[in-house]
Amino acid sequence: MNTSAEPNAVEITGLNRKFGPKLALNHVSLQVKRGRVFGLVGANGAGKTTLIKHLLGRLKAESGLVRVFGFDPVADPVAVLSRIGYLSENLDLPAWMRVDELLRYTAAFYPKWDTDYAEDLRRQFGLDPRAKIKTLSRGEHAKAGLLIALAYRPELLLLDEPSSGLDPMVRRDILEAIIRTVADEGRTVFFSSHLLEEVERVADDLAMMFNGKVVLAGPLDDVKESHHRLVFRFDSPQASTLKVPGVLSLTGGGQEWTAICNGKRDEAVAAVARAGGRVVAEDSPSLDEIFVAWAGAKTE
Amino acid sequence: MQVHVSTGDGVPIYLQIANQVKYLVASGRLAPGDELPPIRVLAHQLLVNPNTVARAYLELEREGVVHKRHGSGTYVSDVGSPLARKERLKILSERVDALLAEARNLNVEPLELLKVIKERSQSIQPKENK
Repeated sequence: MNTSAEPNAVEITGLNRKFGPKLALNHVSLQVKRGRVFGLVGANGAGKTTLIKHLLGRLKAESGLVRVFGFDPVADPVAVLSRIGYLSENLDLPAWMRVDELLRYTAAFYPKWDTDYAEDLRRQFGLDPRAKIKTLSRGEHAKAGLLIALAYRPELLLLDEPSSGLDPMVRRDILEAIIRTVADEGRTVFFSSHLLEEVERVADDLAMMFNGKVVLAGPLDDVKESHHRLVFRFDSPQASTLKVPGVLSLTGGGQEWTAICNGKRDEAVAAVARAGGRVVAEDSPSLDEIFVAWAGAKTE
Repeated sequence: MQVHVSTGDGVPIYLQIANQVKYLVASGRLAPGDELPPIRVLAHQLLVNPNTVARAYLELEREGVVHKRHGSGTYVSDVGSPLARKERLKILSERVDALLAEARNLNVEPLELLKVIKERSQSIQPKENK
């Protein structure tokens, strides 16, 4: 295969995309390394799905570069799509087919389709082969979609909000599929989610998007270790307009305030000391809290 | 081996795993020579990324809590070392801090608390050989 030298499964550089006057993607750059689980998080409308559509070649880069295993998804869709297993929140499976027909139908598109693996997954997911797609529950529908995304062992598993609106049992199946994908064969997973708990469990690397921009990207552990939560206490009550340089978010009132900061801890502590305050508690924020802090920082 | 991860707090998952293994070793629930579950098995059980489990094991190996045997698995080291004692005391300190905070809330002085600890210690003595 002529892609083995390519170290990154996904390479996006300076990608821009406009919908009318709205900048849906604003100079987005990111790399997804092979053999890792990459989590893309962001609020609804942040641009996650738009970005994923570029990876699938459904949208053409207006400017910037998109490469999947070194291939351009628009110029070389076969090379790209044959390497991607894709599952989205709004997956459209042919309603009139039965589960076994869906499997045979999909298998015909993929030379690498693994019939035994597909059958294992079907049993594990508890899908009746004779059931019509239109009679499946929402969870079963998602599992059928996951099955056909996995059964040809794609090099890249691409999941767009896979857990959205699903019950915990189905979400567990999806997480297990992600883990198995990287654990067993060192393949790559790219998934978008607003369930930060799931991202925290399975992602190696993370990018956070707001309003079409990537504001934060890196290994998950680094992201967590570079953020601090500080509780300050001042000698006298502070005005609600209190500003502390170097912090992402500041909540509280009167004499006690809580700040989330990213790397600039010392700067914040020094500024607070000048204003007659001190640190009374310090620990690590959860990914949820980091997300909320950045969301607030971006809307200002 | 029972390990639990929680995503609610800020502690990275690999550290949660490493800390709990240390606790299991220090408390004797994992004995020297015991084998830790293979990375993939534990990842599946905890529903976390296998790289995270690998990092936890690496951390434990670096601190001498476990060691790898070539080609086989990861085993608990023979830790009659000062590390184990330090680790035990560290675990206890955290619990004592919580206990002291609770005592303060209930208006119980540290000396009085110490008396309670002694009494409890005597009352559970005969049952200690479990």
